Amino acid sequence: MTPGDFFFQQLLNGLTIGSIYALIALGYTMVYGIIQLINFAHGEIFMVGAYLGLAAILLIGKVHPGLNPTAGLLLTLLAAAVGGGFLGLVIERVAYRPLRQGPKLSVLITAIGVSFFLQNAVMLVFGAQDRYVPPLLQVHRWQIGSVTVTLMQVIILAVSIGLMAGLQRIVYRTGLGRAMRATAQDPLAARLMGISVDRVIAATFCIGSALAGVGGVLFGLTYSTINFHDGYLIGLKAFTAAVLGGIGNIPGAMLGGLLLGFLEAFGAAYLSTQWKNVVAFTVLVLVLLLRPRGLLGERVAERA
Amino acid sequence: MAEGLLSVENLRVRYGTVEVLKGVTLQVQMGQIVALIGANGAGKSTTLMAISGLVRVVKGSIRLAGEPVDGLPPEAIVAKGVTQVPEGRRIFPRMTVLENLLLGMGPRRQKQERRKELDWIFELFPVLRDRERQLAGTLSGGEQQMLALGRGLMARPKLLLLDEPSLGLAPKLVAQLFEVIRQIHRHGVTILLVEQNAYQALRVASQAYVLESGCVVLEGSAADLRENPAVKQAYLGG
Ligand SMILES: Nc1ncnc2c1ncn2[C@@H]1O[C@H](COP(=O)(O)OP(=O)(O)O)[C@@H](O)[C@H]1O
Ligand SMILES: [Mg+2]
Repeated sequence: MTPGDFFFQQLLNGLTIGSIYALIALGYTMVYGIIQLINFAHGEIFMVGAYLGLAAILLIGKVHPGLNPTAGLLLTLLAAAVGGGFLGLVIERVAYRPLRQGPKLSVLITAIGVSFFLQNAVMLVFGAQDRYVPPLLQVHRWQIGSVTVTLMQVIILAVSIGLMAGLQRIVYRTGLGRAMRATAQDPLAARLMGISVDRVIAATFCIGSALAGVGGVLFGLTYSTINFHDGYLIGLKAFTAAVLGGIGNIPGAMLGGLLLGFLEAFGAAYLSTQWKNVVAFTVLVLVLLLRPRGLLGERVAERA
Repeated sequence: MAEGLLSVENLRVRYGTVEVLKGVTLQVQMGQIVALIGANGAGKSTTLMAISGLVRVVKGSIRLAGEPVDGLPPEAIVAKGVTQVPEGRRIFPRMTVLENLLLGMGPRRQKQERRKELDWIFELFPVLRDRERQLAGTLSGGEQQMLALGRGLMARPKLLLLDEPSLGLAPKLVAQLFEVIRQIHRHGVTILLVEQNAYQALRVASQAYVLESGCVVLEGSAADLRENPAVKQAYLGG
């Protein structure tokens, strides 16, 4: 493999994992943008999404083994999106909304509690050991020079780009999106306009969590094994991506996810794979030290 | 006697343990401009926020055309035809003029209605038409106030609550602003106007209330209050 091909191979790998980070980072950033809350349970929603995907795949295999693989994939993604979105709604309603006027620390502690709850619930249902995620589609690869492109990579890119474009449309082209942006900019004025801020916040959690659910399925299909602990590490990385791009900024989350994916892929390739996780956290610390508002973020000031 | 549109009775509001409104009573009849004047901190904004459903009413009642509305969420108040243009304008700076206006219309409106409302607003405020696609934060202070008014009118309110619209405007713009308020009124909108600029407020209004430390200390026709020695001394510069 030539150095050029090697470079492109890493670029492709980074793009793939980076898209998954981006999907999850969007949930962190959307919720933060609207209520200045870091939803530390968000990584767990991603993890639950991965298990919902596993459950859907197993179920399809049982009741309809001959199902067309594309239909199977779509159903699995849909199950995780709907399940994740619903979970996000429930968490917001039950755990966060009652505390919205309360001190930030109690919300943070609640978020950690929700995380433990979800981890343990998944562990009880699916067990503590790694679970194998059977591939939905035939493994398929293309060789371009010595660069290998897998079908899964293409699917991840297509799904992520599609969802991000859809999100962009919702946020910038619909009444709901307008209400979301208004609430983020000035919640009091938004309420005076007759916007039900509660509903906007609920919708934000729902959309962000649905994206994380889809991210979970893509993650499971890429790595073939999942564990109830995965939400922690991947959640922290996606959070890093959100901070890198500028927390609260939607394009920033997309950019941050991709950049982190590249940094990890190149870090693993040119340094050593053991350095992969270190890369993310080094980035987090550096960004917080040098540019806390992130690449695309505006000033992180308290709002008047 | 005209029909009573808004009736606030013995309204009490607290922030924490501090009582800010200590039994405010005021009426707005359909078709009127009513001024609510008073010094900084008297409780004028709080009164409007209570009407808009954004602060909790401890005691007393707020009725719209006879129907009690206190305790309703702000979106329900807007739906009943009461909009507020808040103090400091509070336009959405990182959204376009058009988006700001559309937000004023509320969530459940049809595309056709939208055009009609916009045409009306652009007729009232021609500068906004030219700046439709511009970010609201880049407008001048006067233009931002026009946008705030236009945004408030997009819902076609029966009752418009204006909180210190002249605040921070150059004298020439203040005169223009009060002209616009008269125009809005001529379109059939009832207005409750909170102002520190008592001179202008008492000239556009027909009725007025003077609020001091959470209590209405004077009320009457605006013409009478203009001549009242206490008002002259405290609010009209002697
Ligand atoms: N959110 C708040 N929390 C606590 N006190 C407040 C709040 N808003 C206003 N106040 C106090 O209530 C009183 C009335 O304020 P306000 O209604 O804004 O007066 P005005 O609009 O007449 O200047 C003032 O003493 C002010 O300091
Ligand atoms: Mg005020």
